[in-house]
Amino acid sequence: MRIAPFIASAVITTGLITLLNTTLVLPAPLGKLLSPQHGIWQNAEPDSQNFNEDLNFSELKGKAEVYFDDRLVPHIFAEQENDAYFVQGFLHAKFRLWQMELQTFAAGGRVSEVLGEKGLMHDREFRRLGMVYAAEIALQEVNKDPIIKSQCDAYTEGVNSYIATLTESTLPLEYKLIGYKPEPWTNLKTSLFLKYMSYDLAGHDDDFEMTNAKSYFSNDDFSKLFPAIQDSLDPIIPKGTPITTPNFLPQAPVYTDSVYLNNHELVVSETSKPDRDNGSNNWAVSGSKTKSGAPILANDPHLGLNLPSLWYELQISVPGFNAYGVSFPGAPGVIIGYNDSCAFGFTNGGRDVRDYFEVRFKDDSRQEYFFNGQWLQSRFRVDTIKIKGKPDFIDSVAYVQLGNDWCPVMYDKSFTGNRSKGDKYYAVRWKAHDASNELKIFNMLNHAKNYADYSAAVTNLHTPGQNCVFACKNGDIAIRTQGEWPAKWKGQGDFVMPGFDSSFLWQGMIPQDEVPFQYNPERGFVSSANQKPEDDNVYPYYLGRNYPPYRGYTINKRLGAMLDITPQDMMALQTDNFDAGAAMAKPFILANLKENDLSSAEKKYVDILKNWDCRNDVGTTGATVFERFWKSFEGVVYDDEYAQAPKVIARPEFSTLLEAILKDSAYTFLDDISTTVTETLADDVTAAFKKAAIELQKIDAAGNLNWDKHKATRINHLAKLAPLSRLNLPIGGGVRNVNAAKAEHGPSWRMVISLTAKTEAYGVYPGGQSGNPGSKYYDSFVDQWAAGKYYSLWMMTPEEAGDKRVIAKMHFNK
Amino acid sequence: MKFFISLILTVLLSFAICLFLPWWSIAIAAFMVAALIPQKPGKAFATAFFALLLLWGGLSFWISYHNDHILAHKVSQLILKMDNPILLIAATALVGALVAGFAAMAGSYLRKTKS
Repeated sequence: MRIAPFIASAVITTGLITLLNTTLVLPAPLGKLLSPQHGIWQNAEPDSQNFNEDLNFSELKGKAEVYFDDRLVPHIFAEQENDAYFVQGFLHAKFRLWQMELQTFAAGGRVSEVLGEKGLMHDREFRRLGMVYAAEIALQEVNKDPIIKSQCDAYTEGVNSYIATLTESTLPLEYKLIGYKPEPWTNLKTSLFLKYMSYDLAGHDDDFEMTNAKSYFSNDDFSKLFPAIQDSLDPIIPKGTPITTPNFLPQAPVYTDSVYLNNHELVVSETSKPDRDNGSNNWAVSGSKTKSGAPILANDPHLGLNLPSLWYELQISVPGFNAYGVSFPGAPGVIIGYNDSCAFGFTNGGRDVRDYFEVRFKDDSRQEYFFNGQWLQSRFRVDTIKIKGKPDFIDSVAYVQLGNDWCPVMYDKSFTGNRSKGDKYYAVRWKAHDASNELKIFNMLNHAKNYADYSAAVTNLHTPGQNCVFACKNGDIAIRTQGEWPAKWKGQGDFVMPGFDSSFLWQGMIPQDEVPFQYNPERGFVSSANQKPEDDNVYPYYLGRNYPPYRGYTINKRLGAMLDITPQDMMALQTDNFDAGAAMAKPFILANLKENDLSSAEKKYVDILKNWDCRNDVGTTGATVFERFWKSFEGVVYDDEYAQAPKVIARPEFSTLLEAILKDSAYTFLDDISTTVTETLADDVTAAFKKAAIELQKIDAAGNLNWDKHKATRINHLAKLAPLSRLNLPIGGGVRNVNAAKAEHGPSWRMVISLTAKTEAYGVYPGGQSGNPGSKYYDSFVDQWAAGKYYSLWMMTPEEAGDKRVIAKMHFNK
Repeated sequence: MKFFISLILTVLLSFAICLFLPWWSIAIAAFMVAALIPQKPGKAFATAFFALLLLWGGLSFWISYHNDHILAHKVSQLILKMDNPILLIAATALVGALVAGFAAMAGSYLRKTKS
């Protein structure tokens, strides 16, 4: 043996292995990652992957068969209902484990464990909002309900049975790339996931921005900039529908004006928030309006678009029901879909259920707070946040009892969240903290046979409140704007409220049987698109501001005019790119534009606008011109008033400016207050067009004047890794279109169900059934979705097991 | 002849050992073969180097080919910052080859007496 060279080469080998097995020197452990038998190559799923399996689990009570069709949609047939949830959990984990876990880490404020210190702000914010607190309360409700508890238990066992099969090579790609391992699933994680949906759908608030706007502007200006009424509103419940007399009405505190509405103290806010356009369309038309004579239901929830998708398509067939639709990886049951009797879908209710109260503590120890004339004892929740590669971070959050509710003091001196100045304490009262059992709704809807079953199901919905649409084979259609919503006096919760006086608290909830609803209305259809549910002039409770009116306006107008409707007509409506807001604005812009003041280069864009059909289709350039013009127009009209404003402040809605100029060509804000002359509408429109033309020339030069190129809709990978995302999709649509496809947000599942004797169903989502970026099923539906095309949904029967669409079978035995 | 026997043995043993142990066990395989079948250190290095170049290059190419290079297109952009599946396969082969080569050299020195 030659010792020196032996030691030298042994050291080199060990060094190389260390180098390639860790991230000490290299950004990635290349040896571990590239080993064909362990690393990323193992996630390269063969084109002809065989998904057949024979599996045995002692947790099962009977047999279950799973048939995968050619789109990799599983059709689960189980002898026992809970076994189906076990199988669902197993399949969710097999195809979507990384996403399921990441979403619960995000919900529970544990991102720092994976990403390190850069996740700390997010983690503190989510924990301080009381996400874990809310999930724990929800879990207690689940535990009180034996049906839902056993459903969750079976689901969790299914997920964990899959996790137990994982080896280093079969780990999902993202675990290998980021370098961590999945932990066991629990029922709490399912609750956390559902609270994440509550955050996304019912977590939005503008309270700090609105507080600043109210403080900065005079009361008169404020009411013009932020009107509570929209002229173009066509509410979910048509105007003129009689209202049931309310059981009680909330009373505004006597001194509201002095400490609340006229309080001109500024706060701060520059935090990230859920997309305010989280919304959706849904409608149902009755048989009297359809060609087949059977009702048709349509739903397309608009959410952040990601890969892997939020949705996982499946069929569950058990002795109690047979349902098809999309599910949430992370929760059992079918969420939006249909069964052998009826179809159901949702749009977001959008009411403000997250309000802030300024709390007065005796001192910085936060031990005692002042409420209704006395000093009361606060409670503390101490959170330990683990951070990858750093010591733990300990965060202590005070909880104060406001009325009956313990609320986290989310923003304090240690955590401003970019929302407060750090010298105040703000407690958050969020409806999602209250006990509720959301899974029960889906369980009951999956079993529902008729209107009574549907009503009984959705009245369990507390948060996030939804407009629940329903259609049944017996011909019934219905919509219920369901949710447990605080009954508010006018203006309550628009701004940060005083937290020392019980009269500012929510005084009660609108009773579940008093929510607006429609059951087989005369007009032959029901619909919702996140617009205000009721006419403000008749509805007894305060509905708040900022509901989008245009999609609902278009849908109601179209549905009202349609007869002999086919499912294809409904698909055409779901993918319709007409911009009702632009159609109202365009003639007005052109009439006021001083064309003689424009250069020939600028006139080019006027011609484009003139020839535009107000449709945001692929290839149109008019939509780009309109969008840039309107943005510039809002600036010209309001920027002078906002010149001295705090950085974070609410801005008026599109509909506010449009409706203002439509009815008053001498709208106060048209005048530029920084000049001595008085600007007119024509001056502003022309100035805005000139400014927009400069932008448009740049966009044009870059070859991006086409609307779809300018908008560049993309579906981001959840970790924002570009190569795993789908970028620059050729799709039209926009925020005021029924086809609400924005840059990173839009129709996350389009579904049309015709409830004929044999159900005719269509659907598509922008993703694929597999969460594995190395699988051809990862993004296999994306192009079909972008093209506005649908798949025919197959409610399979056990007799069809030999059908050529079946590409694989999984047998689950005990 | 020794070269070919060593090469084939290294390929087979590396593949087999990686069914049970982590990726770096290719070093154990290469070391053992080089220690059992004496070759000059340089030749031992070359043998194991080519063995793993063939094994890891071949395996990753085979996998990627049947995957239509879907994964390789994406991961090559993540790791190599360019869309090039073949380069990712080459990088894979090189990583395995280097580790095995040096391990085999150590194995060879274990057996070698000073001449």
